[in-house]
Amino acid sequence: MKSATSFSRSGVSDWILQRVSAVILAVYFVVIVGWLIFAGEVTYTAWHDFMTTTFMRIFSLLAIVALAAHAWIGMWTVFTDYLTVRQMGAKASFIRLFAQIGMALVIFVYVVWGIMILWGN
Amino acid sequence: MKSNRPVNLPLATVIEVNMKSPVAIASILHRMSGIVVFLLIPVLLYILQGSLASEADFNAIKDNVFGAFLGRLVVFGALAGLIFHFFAGIKHLLMDAGIAENLESGRMMATATIAISAVFIAIAFVWVVL
Repeated sequence: MKSATSFSRSGVSDWILQRVSAVILAVYFVVIVGWLIFAGEVTYTAWHDFMTTTFMRIFSLLAIVALAAHAWIGMWTVFTDYLTVRQMGAKASFIRLFAQIGMALVIFVYVVWGIMILWGN
Repeated sequence: MKSNRPVNLPLATVIEVNMKSPVAIASILHRMSGIVVFLLIPVLLYILQGSLASEADFNAIKDNVFGAFLGRLVVFGALAGLIFHFFAGIKHLLMDAGIAENLESGRMMATATIAISAVFIAIAFVWVVL
């Protein structure tokens, strides 16, 4: 498979990025769910105070960047496995490129939206 | 790459063969949960945005998303996907480290991943939906 649509220019870089981003997202998931469990009754003030600390703003931004890389590499893997000539016929490359561009746009929207939530105003 | 491996087995046969292997089941669920989470990110961002915008928006999210059965079900769907993807990811990282790479240990860890995820997904269901 040509790597023109891969996240980095090398499979090894993608491999490492997928794992580093996985660890970041896993820790972020545990922190958020852990807070929600131990907060008891979640109030706006407590939630807002927690999420707008500088630490959580930066951690959330890091999680969004990690999500972008992780989703890109993961979806690339899915597309290159299923949107193939064997599965989709002669138009497979076109379909896959189309899916890849759509996926890139969706990820871009997620990143911009996330930054607006965390750093807007 | 030339191989005589049959590539056009009927889907029913593919499913029948793979359903016998916890490794295969954990693998496809890892993939499917990843796609589910990717598609439900807008829901999570929408909830995050509302919950942080103002007290009124926070309450609106509480009433409209978590006050409705369908809303809670979608949140549970995202959470279930995240939980499975989380444990399957840990399994993947352990296997990167050379742990549980044999047939026996691989099957055992795949079964454990599915079982542990099922427990936490059940807890999430009680926590979010009920």
